[in-house]
Amino acid sequence: MASQKEVLIDPIFNNNPIALQVLGICSALAVTINMATTLVMCLAVIFVCTMSNLAVSLVRNRVPTNIRIIVQMTIISSLVIVVDQVLQAVAYDISKSLSVFVGLIITNCIVMGRAEAFAMQNGPWLSALDGFGNALGYSVILIGVALVREPLGSGTLLGYEIIPTVANGGWYVPNGLLLLAPSAFFIIGLFIWAIRAWKTDQVEEPEYEIAPNGQYKEAI
Amino acid sequence: MEHYLGIFVRAVFIENMALTFFLGMCTFIAISKKISTAFGLGVAVVVVLAITVPVNNLIFNLFLREGALAWAGFPNVDLSFLGLLSYIGVIAAMVQILEMVLDRYVPVLYNALGVFLPLITVNCAILGASLMMIDQDQTFAESVVFGLGAGVGWALAITALAGVREKLKYSDVPEGLRGLGITFISVGLISMCFMSFGGIDI
Repeated sequence: MASQKEVLIDPIFNNNPIALQVLGICSALAVTINMATTLVMCLAVIFVCTMSNLAVSLVRNRVPTNIRIIVQMTIISSLVIVVDQVLQAVAYDISKSLSVFVGLIITNCIVMGRAEAFAMQNGPWLSALDGFGNALGYSVILIGVALVREPLGSGTLLGYEIIPTVANGGWYVPNGLLLLAPSAFFIIGLFIWAIRAWKTDQVEEPEYEIAPNGQYKEAI
Repeated sequence: MEHYLGIFVRAVFIENMALTFFLGMCTFIAISKKISTAFGLGVAVVVVLAITVPVNNLIFNLFLREGALAWAGFPNVDLSFLGLLSYIGVIAAMVQILEMVLDRYVPVLYNALGVFLPLITVNCAILGASLMMIDQDQTFAESVVFGLGAGVGWALAITALAGVREKLKYSDVPEGLRGLGITFISVGLISMCFMSFGGIDI
């Protein structure tokens, strides 16, 4: 049985949901153009993931295995509906700019994946911690990507100007590429590189070893 | 007619599900190691999208939208908050039905798709397409074309990525980038290529 601290801290760097488990990338990329939407998205995911893990873990012994997916889906969708309605009531602008991505938390593989892989086997307290930890690992990557994209792409952070752009009489010419889709892929790719350069045990084995060139020897 | 062609081309190239909206990324990255499996999954996604988007369109227009229940005598009822729950239900049910139908009548295709069919339920591209359809307030005919186009676009993208990754096996990639890292960067490059369709307007 893993200790509580491990369950909470592990997903942040050692077993990051995005960089290692390849879960929940979909929404990770689209909402990171500016910091405000990113933070809201992170909070939403943290809430949904923690609560769904808790709820799934509480009912895990009463649910027959062959309908467990439907049960998990229902729990998750109900939680997401709550988040969606609250956002529309409290922060309408941000809810508009997140558009479909709040709804897509339902199919965010992190939530579903952790419910299936962890909450179905563990008690409520540990499961809630696991959900929280994984959502936190997701948030770290998201905030990291947004930290690169917003200042370099539009010269602002959380809407405040930090690098004066040419349009406002400053010196910085905003890099339009960072506002477009491909940049998110590059940044996450480089993030993965950075994490794996630091934690070398995450490096994947090459599928092929190219055989050394034997031609010259034969010629001699 | 041109209007529908425009929607189709837009959904396939300009607003490609995978490369501009990042939908279905998890399966997109995980199941793109071989061209044959990627293509099989692509076909399955096309089929499921072409069915679920129009069905969700009907459900939204006949039951959930504000005032849609007027035919049943409830003109003031607005059930749109139940949307998410119904769409995901429809998708899960459709996938299940499709699986049984294929198993019974087209076992060849069923065996080819194998484990991917149930996985499609949690593919964000499917739910995402339905939500976008609601967002853009499409008519039934438009939603049929949009669903098909979105599916074809996604299938095209995953097959292209699988092609790149099959060649990538032979290259000497820096250690930390191996596997996942270089895949992300290749997806970024493919996505940049698709951006060149951006100016097209039909």
